[in-house]
Amino acid sequence: MHVADALISPAVGGTLWVVSGGLIAFCARKVKQTLQDNLVPMMGVLGAFIFAAQMINFSIPGTGSSGHLGGGLILTVLLGPYAALLVISSVLTVQAFFFADGGLLALGCNIFNLGFFPAFVAYPLIYRTIVKGQYGTSRAWVGAIIAAVAGLQLGAFSVVLETKASGISGLPFGTFVLMMLPIHLAIGVVEGLATAAVVSFVAKARPEALLTTPASGASVSLRPVLIGLAIAAVAIGGVASWFASTHPDGLEWSMAKVSGKEELESPGAGIHESLAKVQAKTAFLPDYGFKSTEAETVPSEHTATGPEAWPTVSAGTSLSGIVGGLMTLALACLIGIVLKARSIQRVHGNG
Amino acid sequence: MGIADWIEIGRMDELGRMDTPVHRIDARAKALVTLAFIAVVMSFPRREVSALTPFLLYPVVLLSLGRIPARHILKKILMAAPFALVIGIFNPMMDRQPVAAIGSFVVTSGWISFVSILFRFVLTVGAALALVACTGMNRLGAGLGQLGVPRVFVVQLLFLYRYLFVVADEGGKMMRSVELRSDGKRSLRFRAYGSLIGHLLLRSMDRAERVYRAMVARGFDGEIRVLQRSSFRWTDWNFVCGWLVFFIVARGWNLADGMGHCLARILP
Repeated sequence: MHVADALISPAVGGTLWVVSGGLIAFCARKVKQTLQDNLVPMMGVLGAFIFAAQMINFSIPGTGSSGHLGGGLILTVLLGPYAALLVISSVLTVQAFFFADGGLLALGCNIFNLGFFPAFVAYPLIYRTIVKGQYGTSRAWVGAIIAAVAGLQLGAFSVVLETKASGISGLPFGTFVLMMLPIHLAIGVVEGLATAAVVSFVAKARPEALLTTPASGASVSLRPVLIGLAIAAVAIGGVASWFASTHPDGLEWSMAKVSGKEELESPGAGIHESLAKVQAKTAFLPDYGFKSTEAETVPSEHTATGPEAWPTVSAGTSLSGIVGGLMTLALACLIGIVLKARSIQRVHGNG
Repeated sequence: MGIADWIEIGRMDELGRMDTPVHRIDARAKALVTLAFIAVVMSFPRREVSALTPFLLYPVVLLSLGRIPARHILKKILMAAPFALVIGIFNPMMDRQPVAAIGSFVVTSGWISFVSILFRFVLTVGAALALVACTGMNRLGAGLGQLGVPRVFVVQLLFLYRYLFVVADEGGKMMRSVELRSDGKRSLRFRAYGSLIGHLLLRSMDRAERVYRAMVARGFDGEIRVLQRSSFRWTDWNFVCGWLVFFIVARGWNLADGMGHCLARILP
């Protein structure tokens, strides 16, 4: 359930970057304070282990499908929340870098959704209170399943909120929630089973591996949870008020959006509008249609009552857009081919 | 994740270690410009398509000057596409407001925003992959550290990356032995899964312990020292400033539209 860059607006992505960046800095400090040196290679290798574990599937009886370990919960069980958040973040970063799973702008969102909830909500509040260190018993199974489901549900819900706040997907809130939560209920059960299976094996085969969970895990308090949520709330509130000031009907807009009644202009309006202003001031060659994007947004900003009229589309402008767009694409590819040919030539020339 | 993905990571690693003008640009410069690129691309209104097209220039220039095979990157983009496709396909269904007609075919604004999502997806994913392929994980990690990312996290990234191949190799071996014993069936029974993954976990932990001892024997004190290049050079500044100016211009004016108009004037 990695959120992709293409569905996230810069405001939402940036906000969650700040939140996740703060979490990482906080956890990095905590890990450094409680650092046993051997935690460093252990964290690295366990991150790699998560990757390897994700390529091994087990069959789910009766369904014909298969499942695998997601990793957030088991990392927290093994390492404690602070170190686990760092490991999960690093796994997500490598996935974003090498597999385009999620993206760079959405990385903050993904770290928050897949890292914060299992490490700072599901583990300390649910897993630890249910399991109470009895890893070999049925408590461990129940705890793991409930914790994994809760963590994934919170994460999936937060995916919906982030996508919705970005306003790029037109999917109505209700439909999106109904789509995401049941799927992640199933994924959560699988995740919980897989986590419990591995933990109970380790508890039997080498119990001391679970007992040596670093001290940071033993004394987790509610503080980081509250701090994290507070940072998120303040940051989101800040962004929202910024919207409210630049976009007088921001709230109305989002309500209309959620209820799916009206279709108005997209958000990102803060940046968008200020850029449009700059553009209006500096527009050169106005009769070349350069100002058409401005014309699109400004009316909806001021009137914002009816559904956004598709802007002043004369046949001329849209045709020039299509032709120009295709030309630009062709030109970009051509430039690429030429540059590549030249740089290869240079290498051969030198060699 | 499959075995093929591991070969893919290895391939990206190889590409990242090449030495071209683009690879020589400071990792910080490339990371910042790529981030700015993604933010600018995502700041367009949701039904914008034509104004986005000039932005293709950035990934294309990086890839071609960095001599990265385009087919390789395209394949990766396609593999990552399903999520954006699944979410994006709802736009045409929800938003049926007609905006234009080409002959008898009516274009709704939902389809336009769908095309916009897909194109943005190609742009953002392409730029991120180009960044990694033209920088390599080690340089990128060092650059992130210089940009102020907490040290522990940078070390964690580099460590994870270094042990990916080792642990994955271990996992691959275990899977092969399972397949050899399991009569051609590909996936595991759940009962076997727990102990298999558990074994993999214990082996990984043992390896971490051995690695740690070896490192201590060589003077490890909890910190990895990454080779740092001192300062931004002229080319780095030029790279950053040039692209930022281009992004601002392309954000402010619809270059593609302008080009279409010019063309319409020339060809009456």
